[in-house]
Amino acid sequence: MEGFFQLLLNGTALGSIYALIALGYTMVYGILRLINFAHGDIVMVGAYAGLFTALAIHAPDHPNLFNFLIVLIAAMAASAFLGFLIERLAYRPLRNAPRVNLLITAVGVSLLLENLGQVVFGATPRVFPEIMPNVTLFQEGQVAVTNQQVTVFFTSIFLMIVLEFIVLKTKLGRAMRAVSYSHEIASLVGIPTDRIISFTFIIGSALAAAAGILVGISYPRVDALMGVMIGIKAFVAAVLGGIGSIRGAVVGGFLMGISEAMVVGYGSSTYRDALAFAILILILLFKPAGLFGKYEPEKV
Amino acid sequence: MKSNFKLILYLIGVSLAAQGLALALPPYFTQMFMLASINAILAVSLNLVNGLSGQFSLGQAGFMAVGAYTAASVNVFLLGGLRGTMVGDQCALVLSLLVAGLASGLVGYLVGLPTLRLKGDYLAIVTLGFGEIIRVIILNIQSIGGARGFIGTPRSTSAFLVTLVLVLCVIATHRFVLSTHGRALLAVRENEIAAEAMGVDTTYYKVQAFVISSAVAGVAGGLFAHYLSIITPSTFDFMKSVEIVIMVVLGGMGSVSGAIIAAFLLTLLPEALRPLQDFRMVIYSLALILMMLLRPKGMFGRKELWEIFKKRLPNP
Repeated sequence: MEGFFQLLLNGTALGSIYALIALGYTMVYGILRLINFAHGDIVMVGAYAGLFTALAIHAPDHPNLFNFLIVLIAAMAASAFLGFLIERLAYRPLRNAPRVNLLITAVGVSLLLENLGQVVFGATPRVFPEIMPNVTLFQEGQVAVTNQQVTVFFTSIFLMIVLEFIVLKTKLGRAMRAVSYSHEIASLVGIPTDRIISFTFIIGSALAAAAGILVGISYPRVDALMGVMIGIKAFVAAVLGGIGSIRGAVVGGFLMGISEAMVVGYGSSTYRDALAFAILILILLFKPAGLFGKYEPEKV
Repeated sequence: MKSNFKLILYLIGVSLAAQGLALALPPYFTQMFMLASINAILAVSLNLVNGLSGQFSLGQAGFMAVGAYTAASVNVFLLGGLRGTMVGDQCALVLSLLVAGLASGLVGYLVGLPTLRLKGDYLAIVTLGFGEIIRVIILNIQSIGGARGFIGTPRSTSAFLVTLVLVLCVIATHRFVLSTHGRALLAVRENEIAAEAMGVDTTYYKVQAFVISSAVAGVAGGLFAHYLSIITPSTFDFMKSVEIVIMVVLGGMGSVSGAIIAAFLLTLLPEALRPLQDFRMVIYSLALILMMLLRPKGMFGRKELWEIFKKRLPNP
């Protein structure tokens, strides 16, 4: 039973990371109906941005919470800028092109980031510097809670609350919801749709960068291809929750993380990556719209 | 009947010419030619789904893997007695290719039926997932090599056979488009709701196209396995599927000749860029993005190669 609680804890920490990334997928899908394949690679860029910031401010010499915040904010800013650039240069010119072209451009951007990452950052994985001291906060039998897990969990929850606030309570959020409902109608009532779409990418990429830092803290290994698998799993989490639904992405992320921890704990770790796809197939067979999504038949 | 006879002569002639070419070229170029032709078969098969029926599949490599492993297993485990002579080798190969096509088609049916009923991106999402699942399953089956790969498939694929299959696919696609089934499929592509209102059983035709496409991809996989004689699960990853999609889009969605030319270009381009080493894939991906931005319709749009030089006619 103690093993179960430990796995549940690990899974929740992992799940909060997936949820952060899934939010980016779901927001972009909601507003552009695009599966943004490059999103996982933005996580990678965020992790590297964090790594270089941490080295630049000599964070590993005196790890503390303040350093963690600096690294986090720097990485989020860098990735947000990258997300803005990608949307501006690669996706916006295709606003009126067929969706397949947009999808392939997204694959192209993803490939570009991965290969450029391998050239610029090197092909060998790097160790993510320790920007937080690793302390066990709580120990009860075999169940241990470390401050890293707590940080990961609360950072994610905090960012999700901020996002929820932006989407539901601000003018920007209202505009985002309007654009995701219909581009034409939104622009008719005077919403600058292009600017709103840019903001969506900026917010989504900043969340992805935060997830990248949290991955770096929990599994201190960063390489140029780390975004591929994480990206696919977070995408499955978004589909599981109902792609386009923000609450769904959060729930899907936690479910994904917890079930992955359980499979690793009780089953075999070779099936760790297969689990995501098994969940994907099951959800698409029985509830294709996801847990929180609505499947709407097209009407003339 | 007479035209069929001419067609068969033509088929055999082209395939023999390809065989001659393969013998005349240096081995490196022969290998490029073979791999490009197999890629062309895959592109033509995917064109049926992504180009002609307007759906979006992202898991062609998965069906290729099913075909490759089925063909290799059938030939190695079941048809060992048949092999030995040259004729026997070829018979065993053709038999295993047929089984591979059937197996991939069946898998295609199982994957396609539940998802093609839905509209939108679900097929893309499911086929993406399927392609990865099949890879993980193969990785975990030790009797077909697991992660080490399946070694020891006879190297019996010839340029003759590959070209024969390719040309057959082209002719079959061409005729399919002109048939009732093809017209129904085009109607689905143009407007699914309108097609349904006209009494077209959209799910039936979409699933039919998807099953044919996966069966052909399976045959291509079989040819691939019998050409390289060693296949590993990592060959059939997501990138392979994406590569095939890119071929179809680069050639122009729905253009068969475009798909073939794009398949050759995209097989040869990374080889040509090899001197650039690390920057090879960077340039490749940049080229892809620029292509999408500057010429979103692909090289030929929906036209065929021979239609471009004719007077401009409205699309069929």
